[in-house]
Amino acid sequence: MIIARHLTKTFKDKKRGMVTAAADVSFTCQPGQIYGLLGANGAGKTTTLRLLATLLKPTSGTCTVAGHDTVSAPEKVRANVGFLAASTALYGRLTAREMITYFGRLNGMADDIIRARLKALADELDMHEFLDRRCDKFSTGMKQKTSIARTLIHDPAVMIFDEPTLGLDVMTARAIVKFVRECRNRGKTVIYSTHVMSEVEKLCDTIGIIHAGRLVAEGTLPELRTRFGETDMEEVFVKAIGGEAALAEALKN
Amino acid sequence: MNWHYILTIYLKELKDSLRDRRTLISMLLIPTLLMPLIMLGSITIMTRVIKQAQEEATTLIVLGGQDSPAVMSALKAEKKFQLVDAGTNYKQAISEKRVRVAVEIPAGFEASLKGGASQTVMIYHYEGEMKSGMGAGEVEKFFRNLRDKTVETRLTDRGLTADLIKPFEVKRQNVAPPEKVGGNIFGGIVPYFIILLCFTGAMYPAIDLTAGEKERGTMETLLCSPVHRVNIVLGKFLMVMTASVATIVVSLLSSSASLLIGGSMMAGRGGGAAKAAASMGQIPTIDPAGILGVFIMVTPVAMLFAAVLLTISLFAKSYKEAQSYVSPLIVVVVMPAMMGMLPGIELSAKTALVPIMNLSLVCKEMLSGVWHWNYIALIFGSTCVYAAIALGLAVKMFNREDVIFRA
Repeated sequence: MIIARHLTKTFKDKKRGMVTAAADVSFTCQPGQIYGLLGANGAGKTTTLRLLATLLKPTSGTCTVAGHDTVSAPEKVRANVGFLAASTALYGRLTAREMITYFGRLNGMADDIIRARLKALADELDMHEFLDRRCDKFSTGMKQKTSIARTLIHDPAVMIFDEPTLGLDVMTARAIVKFVRECRNRGKTVIYSTHVMSEVEKLCDTIGIIHAGRLVAEGTLPELRTRFGETDMEEVFVKAIGGEAALAEALKN
Repeated sequence: MNWHYILTIYLKELKDSLRDRRTLISMLLIPTLLMPLIMLGSITIMTRVIKQAQEEATTLIVLGGQDSPAVMSALKAEKKFQLVDAGTNYKQAISEKRVRVAVEIPAGFEASLKGGASQTVMIYHYEGEMKSGMGAGEVEKFFRNLRDKTVETRLTDRGLTADLIKPFEVKRQNVAPPEKVGGNIFGGIVPYFIILLCFTGAMYPAIDLTAGEKERGTMETLLCSPVHRVNIVLGKFLMVMTASVATIVVSLLSSSASLLIGGSMMAGRGGGAAKAAASMGQIPTIDPAGILGVFIMVTPVAMLFAAVLLTISLFAKSYKEAQSYVSPLIVVVVMPAMMGMLPGIELSAKTALVPIMNLSLVCKEMLSGVWHWNYIALIFGSTCVYAAIALGLAVKMFNREDVIFRA
């Protein structure tokens, strides 16, 4: 479970001065559900997710992930989180097996448990063929599978996905979406950020629309459709953030 | 701090680095191949050049001397000299290095030897030019011998013995054991090289493990793990130190091997070094205890370099940016190391606190067999404190979001 209350993150930027990347963001993600964070580029999705994963500390507000506070017990939070983002790459000079084993060890797992878990993951993700090859020679699909196995090696209760399908081909993107669904089916708490409307429609149980660091609308897909009087997700999104002018303004920044 | 995690990270970084061609080149290949090449190459060339210059006849212009035929024929008969026609301008000829030396024999020189007034023989040479200097020495020796002979003739003419003007002899005898001589010769240069290698050996892995990881996107992956950041810094720090120390060990081994081989090669050829060694009694060696001392003293400096390099290169966004921050630091490191080589700067309570320079100074002493235990303790302790401060800074940098996510 993730409980975010009034999360605010400001930082200094040389060109823009003080920037508020997340402002008073509050939401709750339940186990066995996928919470979709929808927003344009630069809306504050990555900042919010990094706050949840304790990579950043909030300026104000609190956040509890899997029962631990992100500020007072960041190590415990990370032990219960699998974080997958476009910016979390693999060590190119390690093999997939070494990479996954390394993260198992960093999660305090014993080697025999890692071996058993790695075998199960490789079976499930069909990785045996390239398990002992170096990551820098991998195709994007192989890389994504290895990254997924890396996030799952310690079987975390909470999964955080930051635009995981960004820049992937259709096949790989579909595999990822399928995998995210499986995480939910296993009862994990899942938060998923994207700017692709169709993914939100397909995947998410609850949707939070984020704009200029603020959570401007939240609800299930039918709830949002009713509230904004639109059936198309893209129209819902544009209305929620205050029209096309607001979107253009946000993208300019 | 958790040693299990530190070790896990260290071993992974070690494996990762050993698979990286660039690290291997800077850590192993350059010290093993380059150092012997430089050492053997420069020694061979130097001995050959000096030998050649010594064997080659000195080209000499004689000015005047028409009324001193005996002196002239003695000069011509001397194999060491090759008399050259005066031409138009002897100064120009020497400056252009066509001729090594010129000698001016005053008018009526030979006549004055037979009891006339004392006259001056002028030798013209080019200061700082090795061949000209050696030539001038030969010419001077020739005329000194002539003077001694003249004195002898004058004495015997008067029925006196040569001992009259040489009531006693003066001789020098070396008492320093060969390792002390070696320590004094190499004492300045060895620490300088070690400091430089210690720094360059740490440079590449420090950049790769910080800015390199940021650039490749693996830093965020690593930070997602539950390991406390202190452990990450310490694991990486140990790896950088390993690279630094490995570079020194490999270079020390390869350069001492090449010195041994080079020494025996020259001894076999009977060159200048062998002659010098024969005159000293033995080939100069370095005290092994001194080498061990240098090695122990360099460890906290390696720690300091590793921590400083990690801190600085972590700030950079990319490998290239980190290189541009770190490369100028070589000068900062080399300057105090060189200052330690200067003869006027000695170990004192003050200089013992100047990092890097203190290592250079104490190594010079240790290699020549002098052990100032108080200073050694002070230098070791103070460098450890500096290293600890730098390591603290590295941890602080790792905890700064604006540094880790600088884009």
